[in-house]
Amino acid sequence: MAHHKEETGGENKTLHHTRRKFFKISSALTAVALIPSEIIKAAEDKVDEKIAEKFEQQTLTLEINGVQKTLSVEPRVTLLDMLREQLKLTGSKKGCDHGQCGACTVHVNGQRVLSCLSLALMQNGKKITTIEGLATGDELHPMQAAFIKHDGFQCGYCTPGQIMSAVACVREGHADNEEEIRAYMSGNICRCGAYPNIVEAILEAKEKGGNQI
Amino acid sequence: MINFNYVKPSTQKAVTDTLGKDATAQIIAGGTNLVDLMKRGVAAPEKLVDITGLPLKNIEQQKGFVRIGTLALNSEVAESELILKKFPLLAKALNAGASPQLRNMATVGGNMMQRTRCSYFYDTAMPCNKRKAGSGCGALKGYNRMHAIFGTTENCIAVHPSDMCIALVALDATVVISGKTDRRIPFADFHRLPGANPEKDNTLQKGEMITAIEIPDNDALAKSTVYLKVRDRASYAFALISVAAAMDVKGGNISAVRLAMGGVAHKPWRLTTAENFLKGKAPSTENFKQAAAIAMKDSKGHGHNNFKLKLAPNTILQALTTVSTQV
Repeated sequence: MAHHKEETGGENKTLHHTRRKFFKISSALTAVALIPSEIIKAAEDKVDEKIAEKFEQQTLTLEINGVQKTLSVEPRVTLLDMLREQLKLTGSKKGCDHGQCGACTVHVNGQRVLSCLSLALMQNGKKITTIEGLATGDELHPMQAAFIKHDGFQCGYCTPGQIMSAVACVREGHADNEEEIRAYMSGNICRCGAYPNIVEAILEAKEKGGNQI
Repeated sequence: MINFNYVKPSTQKAVTDTLGKDATAQIIAGGTNLVDLMKRGVAAPEKLVDITGLPLKNIEQQKGFVRIGTLALNSEVAESELILKKFPLLAKALNAGASPQLRNMATVGGNMMQRTRCSYFYDTAMPCNKRKAGSGCGALKGYNRMHAIFGTTENCIAVHPSDMCIALVALDATVVISGKTDRRIPFADFHRLPGANPEKDNTLQKGEMITAIEIPDNDALAKSTVYLKVRDRASYAFALISVAAAMDVKGGNISAVRLAMGGVAHKPWRLTTAENFLKGKAPSTENFKQAAAIAMKDSKGHGHNNFKLKLAPNTILQALTTVSTQV
């Protein structure tokens, strides 16, 4: 927790300018200091945005797929955006970005969660597993192999989320039968409608180590 | 999303002090509703106070009641052996809500604090008294299929979306609140009806936070329970109508009964008059029908949701029939 800005109840407005206040100050300074063409260039380069972004970043340390990482992010950055934009782990997909589709599902401390509704800073000190962390070298995870064998996808966009959710579903003990699997996989939407094959894949993988991470 | 300051206090007092001083500060825990609202521009707090570092996660038996910390996850409560044994109704309601991923994130306190899913509340181009006081209600004459049939005003016809809260109001839970002073209030008094101030969902005051829920021991309410949720798909959808029911029968008559309904009002809707009618009577279809009719007194449709006027009593009847056959 050492990387977090701790607050003990004291007023800290002088330390933490909000972005809104920062813009007011920096815009006024910019207007005074720059001639018009430079203002236009600064606007094009989003100078204010870039300065503010650096100004407001906070650091966090977390373990991603077994590797310790220390990163700097703005408070508003979600775990999904940090994974995709900063770490280039683009396996976790941005489907709806509102917690309705499940394409962004990852494991945090072994539990499946939606990375699009998780703030990156709140993951400080936690262990994250993404779809990139499932296979061992060239050897597919049993759940990945079962999805291929049973044709558990068409376009594949929802598949990383489906597989992360499926591994957790088996580990939670909610994969006893088709009905239970359907209920406990309902947070992952597949527009191609590969549901019957996904259920088959999970039923097979649960007997073959599909719960491992 | 508009940026904000992020702080993670290590004490409860630091949290309530910050909330008391800074009107633009808001608590974050699971974030499943708040982060979504911030992305959509419905909420724009200048400061988020992360309370996940506080020791408020325990689910434990106390003398005469079970105490659930505000940070207990929905999935942890639903799978707790203590809850499954003593309050299966609560576990059933929790499992009927959201998706496994969301239940792994959402906390008990956050579930209570979640905002309505009224589409006019979410659409910042539309009027909504709850989002912007005085701007009007888009739902009243709009598409209001999901909306309330009890306790509405011309200012707001939104419903509270929680499943968990329907079980908690039926179980006579108490909300433990911490602020300048600590206080306890009945669960039924936590959420409020819209009245002239639909922007207020509940009775929590500035500088206060929920710290726990307490549910009084009552073995009679663990014998036969059902959470019947009628919705547009089999899973992962908000309730059109939901009914939480618990019943015990002794000597051929109903000795204990609890009923509450979701998807019908701005707050979890306890059916006290219907409960009082049923107590001491035989668990018969005729009595259940009468209880359902009593429960529907003062209900009012708004057009697209008129079907709820028929669906609600039918759901009550079905829920009562189910619990009475399980006793």
